[in-house]
Amino acid sequence: MSNRSGLQAILAVPRVCPRKRGMKWVEDGTENALYTSMHDDTWGARVLQEIPLRKDGNEKVRGTARYVADVSYHGMLHAATVRTRQPGGTVVSITFDDHVPWSEYVVVTAKDVPGVNAVKMIEWDQPVLVEAQFRHAGEPVVLVAHPDPQALARAVAAIHIDERACATAPVFTIDEALRPETRRIVADNVYRDYLMAKGSVTDVETTTDLVFEGEYQTGAQEHLYIEPQGMIARVEDGVLIVEGSMQCPYYVHAALVAVTALPEDRVRVQQCTTGGAFGGKEEYPSHIACHAALLALKADGHPVALIYRRGEDMAVTPKRHPSRSRVRLGASHDGRLRFIDIDFVIDGGAYLTLSPVVLSRGVIHAAGPYRCDNVRVRGRAVATNHPPFGAFRGFGAPQSIFALEVALDGLARALGVAPDVLRARNVLVPGDISPAGQKIGGPLDMQRVIDQALEACHYHAKVEACHRWNAQGHAIRKGVGLATFYHGAGFTGNGELTLRSRAGLRVSAAGVVEILTSTTEMGQGMQTTLSRIVAEALRIPYEGVCVARPDTRDVPNSGPTVASRTCMVVGAILVQAARKLIARLCADAALPPSYSYEEFRAACARLPSSDGVTIITADYQHPAGRDWDESTFQGSPYASFAWACYVAEVEIDTTTGEVSVLDFTAAQEVGRVIHPTVAAGQIEGGVVQGIGYALFEEVRFGADGQMANNRVTNYIIPTSADIPPIRALFQESRHGAGPGGAAGIGELPMDGPAPAIINAINAALGTDLRHVPALPEHILAAMEGR
Amino acid sequence: MPWYAPRHLEEALALLAERPGLIPIAGGTDVMVDGNAGAAGREYLSLAGVANLRGVSETPLGLAIGALTTMTEIGRHPLVCRHLPALAASARVTGAVAIQNRATLGGNIMNASPAADNPPVLLAYGASVVLMSAMGSRHVPYAQFHSGYKETIRRPTEILGEVIVPFPPDHAHHYFRKVGTRRAQAISKVGLAAVLAGRPGSWECVRFGLASVAATPILACALAAAITGSDHSVPRDEELAEALGRDIAARDDIRSTADYRRRVAINLVREALAPWRSQGGFDASH
Repeated sequence: MSNRSGLQAILAVPRVCPRKRGMKWVEDGTENALYTSMHDDTWGARVLQEIPLRKDGNEKVRGTARYVADVSYHGMLHAATVRTRQPGGTVVSITFDDHVPWSEYVVVTAKDVPGVNAVKMIEWDQPVLVEAQFRHAGEPVVLVAHPDPQALARAVAAIHIDERACATAPVFTIDEALRPETRRIVADNVYRDYLMAKGSVTDVETTTDLVFEGEYQTGAQEHLYIEPQGMIARVEDGVLIVEGSMQCPYYVHAALVAVTALPEDRVRVQQCTTGGAFGGKEEYPSHIACHAALLALKADGHPVALIYRRGEDMAVTPKRHPSRSRVRLGASHDGRLRFIDIDFVIDGGAYLTLSPVVLSRGVIHAAGPYRCDNVRVRGRAVATNHPPFGAFRGFGAPQSIFALEVALDGLARALGVAPDVLRARNVLVPGDISPAGQKIGGPLDMQRVIDQALEACHYHAKVEACHRWNAQGHAIRKGVGLATFYHGAGFTGNGELTLRSRAGLRVSAAGVVEILTSTTEMGQGMQTTLSRIVAEALRIPYEGVCVARPDTRDVPNSGPTVASRTCMVVGAILVQAARKLIARLCADAALPPSYSYEEFRAACARLPSSDGVTIITADYQHPAGRDWDESTFQGSPYASFAWACYVAEVEIDTTTGEVSVLDFTAAQEVGRVIHPTVAAGQIEGGVVQGIGYALFEEVRFGADGQMANNRVTNYIIPTSADIPPIRALFQESRHGAGPGGAAGIGELPMDGPAPAIINAINAALGTDLRHVPALPEHILAAMEGR
Repeated sequence: MPWYAPRHLEEALALLAERPGLIPIAGGTDVMVDGNAGAAGREYLSLAGVANLRGVSETPLGLAIGALTTMTEIGRHPLVCRHLPALAASARVTGAVAIQNRATLGGNIMNASPAADNPPVLLAYGASVVLMSAMGSRHVPYAQFHSGYKETIRRPTEILGEVIVPFPPDHAHHYFRKVGTRRAQAISKVGLAAVLAGRPGSWECVRFGLASVAATPILACALAAAITGSDHSVPRDEELAEALGRDIAARDDIRSTADYRRRVAINLVREALAPWRSQGGFDASH
């Protein structure tokens, strides 16, 4: 169903003429090397006309895909983790009960770590196994393994960790963390304090016609990927091999090398089929991999499987950062933004992990896609005694965009201006400078995206109909809400420069082209998207391209599978590799300038190579003129953005406070759609996750700071019965830095649903809800307080 | 793990008389999700193969529903749909479709969860249950069946065999609404069933059953008394709320708050009574 509706949505979008816009783009001087070389009308003319099946569809539909828990080895040991129970303290001693025959077991503690006892995301602060001090409940202390799972369970029950609690009370909220007299986890409990400033808020705030203020909050969110995390480690021919569910094989590889102190070439990481990750398998798999590896090394290389159960996974692995934003918006009477002043704080949990980069993305997106001369966004990541919060689709942006977009509706009410008019009046257009100081260039037109969304859902007629209905005093109330936003693709700032990604193509004499990348398929359609890009670049059929298994022995490091970077960044590297391959085939194998697939394959057979296989690699090229100053948060934070306007139509039953989303329209300018079904699937899936974030998904923390509702019966995500028709609409002005002008879209759809839905509820009820998840409990209370 | 699977009722009752520690299991949809289902020392009595405990039949007293009748069967059964539409409705929102194909009415009762979806309806319909043992059977009004949180008056040698639901009065108003956390596969935050017939001053039947507002599924007797005791009209909202407040003991838990439960329970009661409201601001059509 989704495929059809997505396809229809795409066919319904008028294609824009790229010629005129291409000229403007170049004039602006913001073009990059890829854009000029790829942006021509013939790119995509061959393969992109078709809509082939997903590369990974067959094995998933048939159920033959092997997830990590499906993998087994002869004599394999099963492992479990014994953890801290209190939110911070010191491990005094570990006791092993006498009745267990411990010689049958493999037991690992911090003493068994041969290398560094930490996993580094940004700093070496999070231990792999607790030595003495710990910061949160659920930190791993002892690992134990045995061939028999029941014997393993008996051993776990016989291991006792004696803990001494901290003298002071734990901190669990942003406010507690920032209060000066509370427990200090790090200096001032602040990991990072950033400022993005432009113009001067102070200079204009006294002369601004109207100032609107509000405080906004977002909760944590659990990824709830298909399979819980797990790793299997073993030693084969002197090489430590670790396989499992993951997004970033080279992150895992680096962690294993540091922790085991083995040489790089004696550590090998393989991805198993991964059923969704959404960021949840970015950091933590490194820990599980190290745990499994430590056990396997101590077990003389025997295979050891450390597979989490769902409850354990939900309790200890990272979730989306909770946030609190104080927003002040100044506007003139006619609705032009004079200043944007935001104090944005995220809860980083007990270790730094990658909170600084989540924070910087949140800060950069906090002021939205709006024209405003005076912007001040302060962003802080604070320390609490929760397990660390981490990567989750959107990566800080959904939090700060929620605050701004709901505040904008508040401002619109205060001004007496319609929400769509307020946005249209302020949205960035080419030639404008973004709040981060980036010149908006290219052929894109955000107003066209807004118009498309509003027209597709008959926005104005719907707003009128809701007014009429609500005036009749029904127990059901109706409302429409919208959000406009953009999302930057690729690593923030100079991140891609630091990564220096490499990807490649492996060509056999039979002409089969294999993509070599550490980018992982996790349901998002990476294999399909990259295969299409390579097929198009090589001018061969999609069926002639496949993707090699991410295995660090075989594939180069094309970076982590995160940040909406796969299509735009890795895709662009692969286009370069494809061009190098064609050049090689022309030079060494007499490939004619214009060739058929048969001629291509024949040329491959003629390529001189020692073992019948040729490997061509290419490296990331940083776009010229893309500079970023991390100290001032000014410059060009992202190579490209995807731009969007989302509209939600809701109904609230005032008897129960329950919200039904009746209709959802998601219009976006993505540069170029590489595969219509995959792109629509990303949008629809993101919207569903956003609906969950807005209305259902509440992570409840227990007194120990761990997730208390760590079961799928109590952590509520929407079912298909809760999901409305989703209209995914695309505009393709080819403004992106990726192949054919594509930008990244993986995270974009996570940003818009929550503010659009809350704005719709507030419009329906006359309430002023300022947080997500907005549960029926909160909505009934808000109705009473309005 | 010891597993007894008799084919005949007498066999099952004899086994249970010998081994009263046996855990009866039917569809298994509650028993099997218990993390300790496979724990050492547990012994199960599977009733799934026992004949004559499944199906719906019409008797002079009402409908007799075998304890092994599944949610799917109840939700679709013509007799249930005609006479007990609220029960058909509650069966159709019990768990997911796959669960409904296995889950039985008897299991939903015996699991004794205060949040179970069908008990409020059975209470509102004035059902009774038949407990069977090797010594014979006894009929118990369902309103007396739940004795405490997750406790019932079933003796260890008994199984729940049948549920008898009397025919409601003609022209009765049947109401059921489950307020869950989402539209499907939800555990209720509040459930209300009502069977109402007659009118103020001459009520034939006023019964409200509720889920998730006390330690057991409850029959709201104080609420019913307030309504039947009011001669000329439906009592005012404050009186209804006061009476209902005496029936329920809502609590905060992982799924909702006491405050929300109280609020929604009274809103649902008002919704159920809407057809009898001549005026007064409540306008939910039902």
